[in-house]
Amino acid sequence: MQSVLLILTHPNLQQSKINYHLIQKANQLDFVHIHDLCEIYADGVIDIESEQKLLAEFDIVVFQHPFYWYSAPALLKEWFDLVLQYGYAYGPGGDSLKGKKWLSVITTGGGQTAYCKTGHNRFTMEQLLTPIEQTAHLCQMEYLAPFVVHGTGKLFDDKVRLDQVSSEYLKTLRLLGEGA
Amino acid sequence: MENNLLADAVTYLAAAVVSVPIAKRLGLGSVLGYLVAGVIIGPFVLSFLSHPKDVMHFAEFGVVLMLFLIGLELKPSLLWKLRVPILGSGGLQVFITTLLVTAIGLFFGLPWQQALAIGMILSLSSTAIALQSLQEKGQMKSTAGQGAFAVLLFQDIAVIPMLAILPLLASSSDVASIAAHSGELHGWKKGLVAGGIIAGIVIGGRFLMNPIFSFIAKSQLREVFTATALLLVISVALAMQSIGLSPALGTFLAGVVLAESDYRHELESNIEPFKGLLLGLFFISVGASIDFNIFAADPALIIFLTLGLIILKYLVLQLLGRFTPMARPDRYTFAFVLSQAGEFAFVLFAFALGVNLLPQDLVSQLTLVVALSMLLTPLMLIVNDKYVQPLFRETKAEPVSDDISEENKVIIIGFGRFGQAVGRLLAANKISTTILDHDASQIDMVRRYGYKVYFGEGERHDLLHAAGAEDADVIVVAVDEPERSLRIIKAIQHHFPHVKILARAINRPHATDLLKAGVTAVERETLAGGLELGAKVMQQLGWRHNAAWRASRLFKKHDDEMVEQLATMSGDEKMFINHSMETRSFIEKTLEEDQHWEHEVDEHAWERPGKLKKNVHLD
Repeated sequence: MQSVLLILTHPNLQQSKINYHLIQKANQLDFVHIHDLCEIYADGVIDIESEQKLLAEFDIVVFQHPFYWYSAPALLKEWFDLVLQYGYAYGPGGDSLKGKKWLSVITTGGGQTAYCKTGHNRFTMEQLLTPIEQTAHLCQMEYLAPFVVHGTGKLFDDKVRLDQVSSEYLKTLRLLGEGA
Repeated sequence: MENNLLADAVTYLAAAVVSVPIAKRLGLGSVLGYLVAGVIIGPFVLSFLSHPKDVMHFAEFGVVLMLFLIGLELKPSLLWKLRVPILGSGGLQVFITTLLVTAIGLFFGLPWQQALAIGMILSLSSTAIALQSLQEKGQMKSTAGQGAFAVLLFQDIAVIPMLAILPLLASSSDVASIAAHSGELHGWKKGLVAGGIIAGIVIGGRFLMNPIFSFIAKSQLREVFTATALLLVISVALAMQSIGLSPALGTFLAGVVLAESDYRHELESNIEPFKGLLLGLFFISVGASIDFNIFAADPALIIFLTLGLIILKYLVLQLLGRFTPMARPDRYTFAFVLSQAGEFAFVLFAFALGVNLLPQDLVSQLTLVVALSMLLTPLMLIVNDKYVQPLFRETKAEPVSDDISEENKVIIIGFGRFGQAVGRLLAANKISTTILDHDASQIDMVRRYGYKVYFGEGERHDLLHAAGAEDADVIVVAVDEPERSLRIIKAIQHHFPHVKILARAINRPHATDLLKAGVTAVERETLAGGLELGAKVMQQLGWRHNAAWRASRLFKKHDDEMVEQLATMSGDEKMFINHSMETRSFIEKTLEEDQHWEHEVDEHAWERPGKLKKNVHLD
């Protein structure tokens, strides 16, 4: 079993449903280390050194967050800005993250149909996530197909789909841990 | 005589010290321990005592103190909420029981006056035994406890008319002697005086006592505060007694009036030990007064009467319980705990004897029945706990919390500059706190702004208990003396191990001491402020505020980590001769360490490394 670093960023976890639900499932897996950015960096002042030390211990990094304005919540963006430093993650000598796996777990309020050319959001998830994909690429990390949960608003009314999402989520984490 | 007093004191105390812990260890409760101790040192076993009856009269004052303490827990608004059970269950219990006992008396051929007197007297239950047992089991706030309390309160009030009726029941030839017995005042004059004294208690308690307590508290002499508290209670009791009213009721009223006082918790913890000792003494003297000669003369009759009384009262209470919102298991507790006759019966029987209403031999027998019924109560409660309650365990509903307590989840000890900052933040976010402070002038000021502030020393476990530490999640220790802060924390950890402690640290050494003591979190009182000002200095020197803020926060994080590390190192606490030397050495070490921390200077957050511009203000 390989250890998985799960970087959770949810500024409003106390009101979230699905992220809270999923993270509690993940918390039961002993090979997953949950790193809750909003809890650790309440004042927004990220400690670069200690984050980089933490990253060094893992080969698999999961970024779990809601999809705010077609991107990551501000604190995770700040984390990218600071931690993925020149000379550390990219640029000359910047290969500390080389070969590590990157999985984004993203929840959206809108349904899946909203994310297409004719839909409400006009672009597919794949298109909207290109900045993140390229970030992983520049860090020489292996970008895995993102795990996206759509339509979180109504998910809790649909017991069957909720169970399905939960078990797929757990399965994905397990497969990661097994190195598949 | 004095030798006699001391010898008696030694006998009583030794009996209590030996028997009560044993009784508690055996799960029998302290009341039974005291009662049995009384029987053992009484005239029929070891015969150690010279005047058990006198001692009983003295010890009845414990009941008075207990009612004062109960009053302190009950705000007038809460008492008003209880009016239905008090008048309903209480009134009906006294009425029905009196009726039934009177009927039985008549059946045995007693004259109706005597039967009615006995009926009234035996309808009362023992406040001392019932409440002490409930408190010991922590059931005072349960529905059974509340119901029992309401009934007991009505009974205490009912004693007053009973004292008035008993002389009327006596034969007309005796009425003259009764008038002398209850003082020279009659009729409306007496009513006027009584009204005046009660008004005095209410008005004095509301407007006079707070300034007086505040004045006394500022003297910083604890024993004087205790003396004041006792003086207050005894004066009230004496005033009530002088007009022939129940002193217990008077002190209860005083307690209710003072329930809203800022000094409530302090009063509670000052009176509590006296109440405990006197109640113990009272129980012992009840045990000692049990006259086995009378028992031996006609054991069958006494046993019949005792069991009959208990069963009768029990059935009446069970019946009444059905008409209350009490759940079934609670009804059993309610009925068991009130099924004995009470301490007022001793007083009233003596009174009835005095006015020639009841004959001597009947009074002796009935007094014995009362004492035996009290002796049996703890045993019945054990039966209830062990055999009756388990029957309901599976079906038992969640206890309805009818919110007698205003206990808060957060207690702040020390409400100076630091504690205030904590309290204000919490208050602004609708988290209410209970506050303890030992500076009386501080209390007066803060409570004007609507805070619940109580006077007292945080390291006293009885006071913590009174402030609701059992139900608290977090206690903030925000006092400004390191030694006292550590003492308070020791006390909390010892008595309330479940509570999280968050503490104000005066300086680095104190912070490490606190962490070593195992508190959940510390915050140094001046560090955060100093570092924020430092960030503002950097801003004035041309740093962008966000960069300066970031530097300042990172420095704090680093410094907090250093302190945590120091705390985990094995302690050589005795190394320093005094506190200031310890502090100086710490500062030196800290400055030395800072020289090696270059982390921040090299950091090139947000961008590639490059030169910082000198001045970046956008004016």
